[in-house]
Amino acid sequence: MDFHTAEELLALSENMSIADIMRQREIVQGETDAETVELRMKKALKIMRDSAHKPLEKVFPTTGGLIGGEASKLNEHAKQGKSICGSVLTKALIYSQAVPEVNASMGVIVAAPTAGSAGVVPAVLFALEDEFGLNEKTLVDGLFTAGAVGYLMMKNASVSGAEAGCQAEVGAASAMAAAMAVTMMGGTAAQAFDAASIALSNLLGLVCDPIAGLVEAPCQSRNAIGAANAITCAEMALSGIKAVVPFTEMMQAMYRVGCKLPAELRETALGGCATTPTGCAHNCRIFGGCN
Amino acid sequence: MAFISVFDVIGPNMVGPSSSHTAGAASIALLTKKMIGEKVKRIKFTLYGSFAKTYKGHGTDRALVGGILGFETDDERIRDSFELAEAAGLDFKFECADTDEDDDIHPNTVDMQVEGFSGRTLFVRGESLGGGKVRLTRINGVKVSFTGEFHALIVIQRDYPGVVAGITSVLSSYGVNIAYLRVFREEKGGLAYTIVESDEAISEAAVEEMKKNTAIEDIMLVKR
Repeated sequence: MDFHTAEELLALSENMSIADIMRQREIVQGETDAETVELRMKKALKIMRDSAHKPLEKVFPTTGGLIGGEASKLNEHAKQGKSICGSVLTKALIYSQAVPEVNASMGVIVAAPTAGSAGVVPAVLFALEDEFGLNEKTLVDGLFTAGAVGYLMMKNASVSGAEAGCQAEVGAASAMAAAMAVTMMGGTAAQAFDAASIALSNLLGLVCDPIAGLVEAPCQSRNAIGAANAITCAEMALSGIKAVVPFTEMMQAMYRVGCKLPAELRETALGGCATTPTGCAHNCRIFGGCN
Repeated sequence: MAFISVFDVIGPNMVGPSSSHTAGAASIALLTKKMIGEKVKRIKFTLYGSFAKTYKGHGTDRALVGGILGFETDDERIRDSFELAEAAGLDFKFECADTDEDDDIHPNTVDMQVEGFSGRTLFVRGESLGGGKVRLTRINGVKVSFTGEFHALIVIQRDYPGVVAGITSVLSSYGVNIAYLRVFREEKGGLAYTIVESDEAISEAAVEEMKKNTAIEDIMLVKR
């Protein structure tokens, strides 16, 4: 079993969930067995869970020192009853900040689809788990669904910031998480792709401009917007709102926009946030101005 | 395009912060450690391009040392690899090379001059291609292309007729299915490097069998 486009996947999904189609594809095309595939995804889930929760107990110093402690601040703020976001979004924001902290302090994360965007999928996953008490099977199914959307983008567009900007990293992660959230909450495969398409369109054009070239800022806070966008788009799709532009076309549009971005805005740290006076000052402090 | 696994999307599992500058660096060094096949006593890393400019902020240096200590890309000990290297008796040194724009060198490149405790030495150049994927492009001065994605044999041989046929005949008798086989050489009649990649693990016994051919100088067995 294999599929190459969202349309082919949607046709297959009349008889099977997206998650099960992705499992079957992995077993057949990856020449492996069901148990191995399940165990590997459960291991990814465990690493995600650890990386989303650890920074709430202890803050590790990051290599560049641009970030650290954000998840804990959001958590304390929420504990005091001061959150203005509601519980699902508040939880998602906390987890979305935690994973990039772990990443920037040389802890273990799961790239999803990249290290820079690794907070988005776990943020939505564990926020929904906390709120709705979902079981492990639902979470693992969610990851396979997210994997299906990410695979389509990797195959037909790009998930590389160096190639197509942050829209291809956090944008892709957000589309993956939006589709995942829809299926975890009982939506259809078509609704999942509506959510993914809207999520991509909302972040279209987002540039990759890391300060000092480090995966810290603005990467971390963009994980927050990726998660919030995913929840927003999932809610829209679940309520019956359809994407005006189908996912396949939106993914192609994202890739075309990415190719038109100048090199300065594709992970080279030569534009955007990176070349603000403050961004340059951080670069000099971290790398001794040799750069 | 090759098969894209769901674990290429939800993965790799890795020590942060960067798939190219951290995970890729650890993979290159781990592959080098597997090639030398023994505990490393001394290593000099020469960093080029983006590796040279940004290695500190990305933990590239700790990842490289971690790989030489045998750590996988998702091994949290990478963070403390400098301290662990001292305990393991590994002497390491970093240098940064200047590169011009026109130099034909990948932006994420590292050279490794390695010496094992037995006195065995090895030179390797590695490139981190993005997303954690890597390629070795030089072994002891010979241009090669090697990814470590399969089980592999690297045979160093004098460039005589029949040596490669001898290698494949031994592999066939041990039931090993060859996925790729390529020969790289310094110059005609000089030293050649045969890199065999296979789906199955290759046994020590097969390696010993091959070594009976006097034209073969050395064999490195690299398990996936």
